[in-house]
Amino acid sequence: MAQARPLPAQQNIDEISKSFAFTTKLDDLVAWGRKNSLWPMPYGTACCGIELMSVMGPKYDLARFGAEVVRFSPRQADLLLVAGTITEKMGPILVNIYEQMLEPKYVISMGACASSGGFYRSYHVMQGIDRVIPVDIYVPGCPPTPEAVLDGVISLQKLIADHKPRPWRDNWVNPYEQSAE
Amino acid sequence: MNKVQNNNIKTDLENQFSTESKQWAWSNSFDADIVMIPASHVLDFFGFLKGNGSFDLLMDITAVDYPGREKRFEVVYELFNTTTSNRLRVKVALAEGEEVPTLTKLWRGADWFERETYDMFGIKFTGHLNMRRILTHHQFVGHALRKDYPADRQQECTEAMPIHFDNDPNYVEKDVPGLVPLNIGPSHPATHGTLRVMAELKGESVHRANVELGYLHRCFEKMAETHAYNQVIPYTDRLNYCSAPMNNVGYCKAVETLLDVEIPDKAKAMRVLLCELSRFIDHVVCIGANAVDLGALTGFFHLFSLREKVYTLFEKLCGARLTVSMTRIGGMAQDAPDGWYDDVMQVCQELKKGVSNIERLLSNNKIFLQRTVGVGAISAEDAIEWGYTGPCLRATGVPLDLRKNQPYYGYDQLDFDIPVGSTGDVYERYLVRIEEMKQSIRIVEQICKNVPEGDYTIRDKDIVLPEKKDVYGNIEGLMNHFMLVINGLRPPAGEVYSATEAANGELGFYCVSDGSGAPYRLKVRPPCFAIYQSFPESITGGLVADVIAILGSMNLIAGELDR
Ligand code: SF4
Repeated sequence: MAQARPLPAQQNIDEISKSFAFTTKLDDLVAWGRKNSLWPMPYGTACCGIELMSVMGPKYDLARFGAEVVRFSPRQADLLLVAGTITEKMGPILVNIYEQMLEPKYVISMGACASSGGFYRSYHVMQGIDRVIPVDIYVPGCPPTPEAVLDGVISLQKLIADHKPRPWRDNWVNPYEQSAE
Repeated sequence: MNKVQNNNIKTDLENQFSTESKQWAWSNSFDADIVMIPASHVLDFFGFLKGNGSFDLLMDITAVDYPGREKRFEVVYELFNTTTSNRLRVKVALAEGEEVPTLTKLWRGADWFERETYDMFGIKFTGHLNMRRILTHHQFVGHALRKDYPADRQQECTEAMPIHFDNDPNYVEKDVPGLVPLNIGPSHPATHGTLRVMAELKGESVHRANVELGYLHRCFEKMAETHAYNQVIPYTDRLNYCSAPMNNVGYCKAVETLLDVEIPDKAKAMRVLLCELSRFIDHVVCIGANAVDLGALTGFFHLFSLREKVYTLFEKLCGARLTVSMTRIGGMAQDAPDGWYDDVMQVCQELKKGVSNIERLLSNNKIFLQRTVGVGAISAEDAIEWGYTGPCLRATGVPLDLRKNQPYYGYDQLDFDIPVGSTGDVYERYLVRIEEMKQSIRIVEQICKNVPEGDYTIRDKDIVLPEKKDVYGNIEGLMNHFMLVINGLRPPAGEVYSATEAANGELGFYCVSDGSGAPYRLKVRPPCFAIYQSFPESITGGLVADVIAILGSMNLIAGELDR
């Protein structure tokens, strides 16, 4: 006659489950997934864009960091990689593209121009894209070496994994809509 | 040779316009003939020169602002003869508010150059059908290259320019049903830069097209006016950033002409070598990008590993990959490290292999052929009319290459050929570029085998900074360094237009000096600016898919296009 197997005690379940599973917070799991599958939208406007091609290209290979799925539609991307000078004429378009991206979204500003206008202190160059969109990571250089860009991507991954607060992002308002009012 | 030819033209002109020509002032500066004419003679004058075949290509139109003069502006035209390579500079003085007749009826290529002059100086060209701003944004107030406009006064642009087609006011609205407007760019993967194309589609074909540029207008020319001569060099790097060293060379050559100095043979050889390597990678990017757009992604990876090799060479030479700034006025910044030329020789072998790989990949590729043969064809006459130079012009069959026609830096001593095409379509542009890549490697190898001895720069204490070991090692070096940094390099007052054959065509620098430490005016004549003008016309009537093929083959580099 078959006997009902005795139910293991509660502690026992924990013990057993440790041998084939681990526990984590859901947040951490999601962040882990996010950081390793960033889909960049390259916004290359100038010389930095040419170096960005090298970052994507065979030698430096951004794919090693899980960010090889380059999307040219902002709706499918979660990382805006601004590489190059942004002029005043370009400003509204950049904001438009940023708004079209879905949450969660991140921005890397590659190069001196995107970060601060670079050495173009001139009448038609925006003195840094952080005047119009929130920036998570600034990569210095003119142009930054491909290694520096990789470092920027790794820093962003860390920022995502650590759940760093991003007040610049949370308090952002579209500057052009504001000025129109 | 230059002078004698122009003397004939001068006599012809004087016979033709016996009364008017009395008001013309001829002068000569650095072997270039300059003539000053009144605005009222402009149409007759240029009409005659074009009609009798003396000058068939309008290279450049620009202006210079002299606020102190009674007639404040000087409009400057640069003419070129594609068979004899003669040049003539024509100037017209204008007071504020005065207009000058447009040349668009004579040369279609005058269109954008005149618009740019209007945008930057506010000079109106009578009869121009589309006197709108071209580089600055549509909400911009004032004219930025006037001397009284501060270099750093920014003006915000709050909205993007809506899609529009009013570039041709003569266009008669036909009642075509089912037209769909399509906007491509300025952030679009296929434009490879900040270009914006607006098209009206009828099904799959382009019914009407228009382009908008200036999304990368970084005010190079204004920046040059506010920086010392040597400080301008890094800015030139960022004009055509696919082949940065060529811009360095073009600019330094212009200033050296102004200073009337001859650089040592070694510097010339190094410059030629850098230029040819750059021409190679510029073509690599052009062909690679073009192929990607047509669906050949494999090409991208193959080609970019070649580019990476050249970048590594640059890195070995000076530490920078893309923007090398290796030239200085008077020579080069430093000598090549030991064994560098051997490295170059070695890389050349790999590059040769790479080029033949690309050929195997693309030249007979069915899809590539179907997408490119016969697409974007243009005749030699039309190309000249628009102001084409470089590979795009050579693909139409005109063997114009300044390296042969007006040799500089010892190009006449080197053995290389100029490939030409016949139909000027996208496929032939590709073929011309491939062949030029091979020729560039040939040149590089010749130089590496025979690097001239001697110094890499002149040692004039008023032009070149002393070496660091002298600055820190002896008082004279320290003094010279101090004096040059404080006073700056000061070319004598004068003006020069100096051109080199860049990867895209004639890259000209028109430099005016007033004897101070910064250029009074520096105008770049970017090759792709003239070529891009013809773009709306060459895509009209074709398929949307061809738009991308043609765009890629023109090799438009926004940095140089918008400056
Ligand atoms: S930071 Fe330097 S390299 Fe990058 S876009 Fe600006 S000028 Fe070009």
